[in-house]
Amino acid sequence: MSVAGKAAAAAAIAPGVFLHTMGNAAPRAEAVTDDVRYGMLIDTSKCADGCSDCVSACDQENGMDLLIKPQGASDEDWARQKPRWIRTVKVQDNLTGKVTSLPMLCQHCEHPPCVDVCPTGASFRRADGLVLVDRHTCIGCRYCMMACPYKARSFIHENVQLQRTAVPRGKGCVESCTFCVHRLDHGGSTTACQDACTHDAIVFGDLKDPDSRISKALAEHSSTQLRADLKLNTGVRYRGI
Amino acid sequence: MKKIQYREWGIEAPRYWGLLAVLGAIIAVAGFAVLHMEHEGHWVTGMNNQIVWGTPHVFAIFLIVAASGALNVASISSVFDQKLYKPLARLSGLLAMTLLVGGLLVLVLDLGQPARLIVAMTTYNFKSIFAWNVLLYVGFLGIVAVYLFTMMERKANSYTKGVGVVAFVWRLILTTGTGSIFGFLVARQGYDAALLAPMFIIMSFAYGLAIYLLVLMFTFNSEGRALGDKILGRLKSLLGIFVSAILYFVLVYHLTNLYGTENHEYEAFILLNGGVYTATFWVGWVLLGMLVPMAILFHPALGNSRGGIVAASLLVILGGLAAMYVIVIGGQAFPMPIFPDKIILESGFHDGVAGAPLYYSPSLPELLLGIGGVTVALTVTLVAVRMLKFLPASLADEVVDPHHG
Repeated sequence: MSVAGKAAAAAAIAPGVFLHTMGNAAPRAEAVTDDVRYGMLIDTSKCADGCSDCVSACDQENGMDLLIKPQGASDEDWARQKPRWIRTVKVQDNLTGKVTSLPMLCQHCEHPPCVDVCPTGASFRRADGLVLVDRHTCIGCRYCMMACPYKARSFIHENVQLQRTAVPRGKGCVESCTFCVHRLDHGGSTTACQDACTHDAIVFGDLKDPDSRISKALAEHSSTQLRADLKLNTGVRYRGI
Repeated sequence: MKKIQYREWGIEAPRYWGLLAVLGAIIAVAGFAVLHMEHEGHWVTGMNNQIVWGTPHVFAIFLIVAASGALNVASISSVFDQKLYKPLARLSGLLAMTLLVGGLLVLVLDLGQPARLIVAMTTYNFKSIFAWNVLLYVGFLGIVAVYLFTMMERKANSYTKGVGVVAFVWRLILTTGTGSIFGFLVARQGYDAALLAPMFIIMSFAYGLAIYLLVLMFTFNSEGRALGDKILGRLKSLLGIFVSAILYFVLVYHLTNLYGTENHEYEAFILLNGGVYTATFWVGWVLLGMLVPMAILFHPALGNSRGGIVAASLLVILGGLAAMYVIVIGGQAFPMPIFPDKIILESGFHDGVAGAPLYYSPSLPELLLGIGGVTVALTVTLVAVRMLKFLPASLADEVVDPHHG
């Protein structure tokens, strides 16, 4: 399923089937700089209970829907071992009893513990704020998975038959949400989860651009980091939690 | 001062080769398990995206910790000038190397990409304690090899003390680094404690010595070599003290944790309602791993009997494995406090719904890999003592201390 499209959108060509394309531009010509910092604001009050559109979109965009349970594995084991970059979590406040749904993903911290602990430097933070894994250097030790305070990373436990050319993966390496870097590096500016969310709960953009939708939204209402006491300065912020 | 005689391990050839055949068979089975894991992927193990380090790491970290502690006996003789321990030093250095190799073997073979070991050895992120550990572990092997050389080559004997000091300091740094693997993790409630580094050091003292005692007694008894009570008495008393020290660290760790309300759920998990982890902690680590061995070793009759010393050493080792299980796996099983003032009702990625521990069940390939590492360490040790003069010819009381009344 290789892609060589020109349009910038993910067009639905049949129910549940998306024609995925990358951005319309050529790959970046210059190195990324820290003039941009990508981030995300999640408004949990808009996240609908029972909805997992962001999860399905991410699975499709990043090739996780192509992974099949290894023959001989139980369904429960596969559920625990298959990768997941974004997940929905439903929580209830201990005091008020209020129930909130929210998507949980890699927080793209400014001071990522996963980058600190990676012995080979495969887990790294790009200048524009994306925290990624260099799959050439990853030795699969899973120390980053131990270190991540958000349990955002996944390990590939099985041989991979089908994958998207834009999102390569292999057995024995660790991966997590890339903020759809393959789109961003080809002229795109949105993530699959943001595009898929019909409730407008996910806003993605440039935190350093004061005119971006996310910056304005952050300025307008208060938001918080998860596990703020760790002082990681996450790129993902939550409102309503 | 009479010169110490060393002699190769001399049990009869059929017994020796029979033993190697059995050990070789175990290694072969473990080897098949490793090939299976590497070929299929980690889905064949009990490890998953929630419990990422499992039984192999329990064995590997135990072996690595014990390896640095096994060098203690040599350090006591070289660095602290205790002449009584001098004949024991060569075996101590050997065990330090073989246990470390066994542990590292398990770690490397569990990697998702073991063929990329060369990447791990050439590409470093020096903020990672893992990266430092690669250098510390490999350096340790080199330094102990030199240390052994200074002991075994008569013309180099004058360098033993100097190299011994370097080796002693190096292993303290190494074990601190091993404990810091967990101590540096802010993410998890059970880790993120500076105490873990010195706790690992004191654990290394006990586990290394317990293994040393068992190997010493086995090699000597199987050949009928004289092993006097004087030397055994010293070693078993040391073991008792080291185990008591571990108990102190465990007490400090948990009592300190219990003081802070934020840790109460984690402490309840380990001490009360964590199921297998609670049982492993109390029965495996505390009772069998510390209290019973202490009772044996400090008992006037039991502590001086060969059977008692063997039992205590075996229990200390069992306790060490239990400790690693609680620390490594229990520490991961307790869900992370991502939403501290909320309870998780549902999660699409196993986030500890209703505070339930994350699921892990040890699998056969993992167990075989761990046992394989132990067996490799043991096999290399036995081959080495057979081929080279690591073992003193006699440890009878009159030989060990001729001035003894």
